[in-house]
Amino acid sequence: MQKINAEVVSQEKIGTDIYSMWIKAEEMVSCARPGQFVSLYCRDGAKLLPRPISICEIAKEQGALRIVYRVAGKGTEEFSAYKAGENVSVMGPLGNGFPLKEGRAILIGGGIGIPPMLELARQLTGQKQIVLGYRDSHMFLKEEFEAYGSVHVATEDGSAGTKGNVLDAIRTEGLQADVIYACGPTPMLKAIQAYAAESGTEAWISLEERMACGVGACLACVCKSKEKDEHTNVNNKRICKDGPVFRAEEVTL
Amino acid sequence: MNTKVSLAGVLLKNPVMTASGTFGSGAEYGELVDLNRLGAVVTKGVANVPWPGNPTPRVAETAGGMLNAIGLQNPGIDLFCKRDIPFLKQFDTKIVVNVCGRTTEDYLEVVERLADEPVDLLEINISCPNVKEGGIAFGQDPKAVEAITRAVKAKAKQPVIMKLSPNVTDITVMAKAAEAGGADILSLINTLTGMKIDVRTRKFVLANKTGGLSGPAVKPVALRMVYQAAHAVSCPVIGMGGIATAEDAIEFLLAGASAVSVGTANFYNPYATVEIAEGIENYMRENGIEDVNELIGAVKE
Repeated sequence: MQKINAEVVSQEKIGTDIYSMWIKAEEMVSCARPGQFVSLYCRDGAKLLPRPISICEIAKEQGALRIVYRVAGKGTEEFSAYKAGENVSVMGPLGNGFPLKEGRAILIGGGIGIPPMLELARQLTGQKQIVLGYRDSHMFLKEEFEAYGSVHVATEDGSAGTKGNVLDAIRTEGLQADVIYACGPTPMLKAIQAYAAESGTEAWISLEERMACGVGACLACVCKSKEKDEHTNVNNKRICKDGPVFRAEEVTL
Repeated sequence: MNTKVSLAGVLLKNPVMTASGTFGSGAEYGELVDLNRLGAVVTKGVANVPWPGNPTPRVAETAGGMLNAIGLQNPGIDLFCKRDIPFLKQFDTKIVVNVCGRTTEDYLEVVERLADEPVDLLEINISCPNVKEGGIAFGQDPKAVEAITRAVKAKAKQPVIMKLSPNVTDITVMAKAAEAGGADILSLINTLTGMKIDVRTRKFVLANKTGGLSGPAVKPVALRMVYQAAHAVSCPVIGMGGIATAEDAIEFLLAGASAVSVGTANFYNPYATVEIAEGIENYMRENGIEDVNELIGAVKE
């Protein structure tokens, strides 16, 4: 973990309010894992808190990290204006990341939860079924996933793939696996948690919450855990430090 | 050049401390900063039993600041003594334990439990705005401030810092009440109670509705209150509230603080504490100041 001024290698708009940025961060790259995140800091001094953004790709040879993020407010709007050659203040890599398991996997990404699944798809060696949930037929990153496994799509408006959510797609297409990995909105993760329990499938889900420090000190971004957590000594886990990836049955959503 | 300051006989290698709740017990930030460079580490508040804290969201950003309503989540004094104190003992820095409670008895239980621990100072949090019982309820009534201070002092083996709330009409009344109760040191300010509403969802951004405002936005208010408190009492005062740079820290020293705590700045600059300690030394060198104590209360009237 380190905080540096990293050079922006490239910045591209790849969807409605969705941007893809590559940054040069050699030391971070050397230890980064899929499912980890970085904290980006605004230049605007009135915006104090870092914006946690998941790592989308890790290019070891280039010493570069890719983040794909949605412009959700003034902070991410600032990042989206950064051009190649400029610097971005970034800390990372943060959090635990996804464990790489053997066997057949279903990788599920919903909305802006899709990006971290790309590096995971690259690194998993077993058979991969990738389920992506979008609002409509603006399907960012979809083509890039096709290199790593069979891609199944669900759209809210039914304009592409299965109409409905990612679980509708899984059920419609009768997908089965030994392990499920998921990142996306909480209702989606909740449904996957229930699906994993009823089908007896091992599942790993990536959570998000408003953060402040990003390193586990401030206890802002906690989630409820089923068992008493060893560090906090209460039923709370720190998403930034103990997560963002948890065993589905470990947490209460 | 001397950078040491004394807080009720406890000698800090420099006047830079961490602010409670922003630094855990140092372990997380220890990966980024050398804890040996700090005058003291002030731990996150610890109670007699574990507290789960408030529902999330617990934090929100505001212009030049942030709101928090963590609700004093803590692992309880037993685990704290077993894990956090031994961790901090590895470093050459003073250990200040922030103590919280819902009742006077809660506070006293923690204070007594710490009597035989290698802790240098106790900071009694009577000013947390985010818990319904205890916390600020003790800190907004001068009689209650004096009473709890006296009760803690009767049991404490270490010098006692009373941490004051800025959510009062006249800070000097609270400062004097704490001193009358026997406080060895005062620290201020805790956070200012605030609120944020999301106009799209028409909901409060914090699950707790209100939270404590901190960060550079509160610094002028904090500086004014530290100045007033330092002139109202004869015991040392630790200044905090929006300190992010050495210049900020020196302002507080000039206003009368004997030491300073760095809080919210850690969240956006994890190196802030060490940079401030170095920055104070540079300022002393550049201005021919031999002893940092020359700066305390040295604002020209």
